[in-house]
Amino acid sequence: MRRNDHRAHGHPSWWAFWLHRVSGLLLALFLPLHFLALGRALTAPAALEGFLRFSDAPVVKVAEWGLVTLLALHLAGGVRLLLIEFGRASDLRKNWIAGGIGVAAAVGLAFALALFA
Amino acid sequence: MSAVVGAASRGAEAAPEMALRNAVAQARRWYWQRISAMVLAVCVVLHLAGMVWAVRGGLSAAEILSRTQGNALFAAFYAVFVLACAVHVPIGLIAITSEWWRWPPAAATWFARGVTAALVVLGLRAVWAVYAPGA
Repeated sequence: MRRNDHRAHGHPSWWAFWLHRVSGLLLALFLPLHFLALGRALTAPAALEGFLRFSDAPVVKVAEWGLVTLLALHLAGGVRLLLIEFGRASDLRKNWIAGGIGVAAAVGLAFALALFA
Repeated sequence: MSAVVGAASRGAEAAPEMALRNAVAQARRWYWQRISAMVLAVCVVLHLAGMVWAVRGGLSAAEILSRTQGNALFAAFYAVFVLACAVHVPIGLIAITSEWWRWPPAAATWFARGVTAALVVLGLRAVWAVYAPGA
């Protein structure tokens, strides 16, 4: 299999791909933990409350904010891919990369304001 | 590609069939990833909006459960969300394990099947946990 040389890695579309893949991987690792935490409501309601109090710690709140921002970033990157593959134009929508990062930053800020204010 | 090489070493006549099967599987994964992405795009927008709204003033188990218990619309929405995740996540993991970590196709596929099963079971259990009245 032919490998891309280093020049391809300087392209904005490669960074968009990298961000999409890494954010997807981190979200995939988080998802089972998220489901297990919510599942505690079934087996031990007090444990769910305990988990939520644990999530009051500032460092956990920052992690939550990171996950929400990653989700928004993965969403924006995914919408860009759908537009490239199913939309009418056939370019790489590099302005959508910037727009997607902007949307993720806006969602992240809105969540941070709701969480910390 | 390694599957094609592996098949060739077992018998040259098996290689085209294996390559075709891999290509068909890859095309199938491509469209399932896109269909699930379209469903998830809607789910994630609503989930993000819900989270920003819900975390104001902090979260408590009682507060969450008061919104979710017995709420069929909520449960149906999150059940669809869980199933779309159970399609989308394993396909992404097949891409990562085979392209970045060089896992053989069979290992990547069986790992993905395990992830699908785990996400369906854990995800629907989580939806049930916050929906079931008086759980």
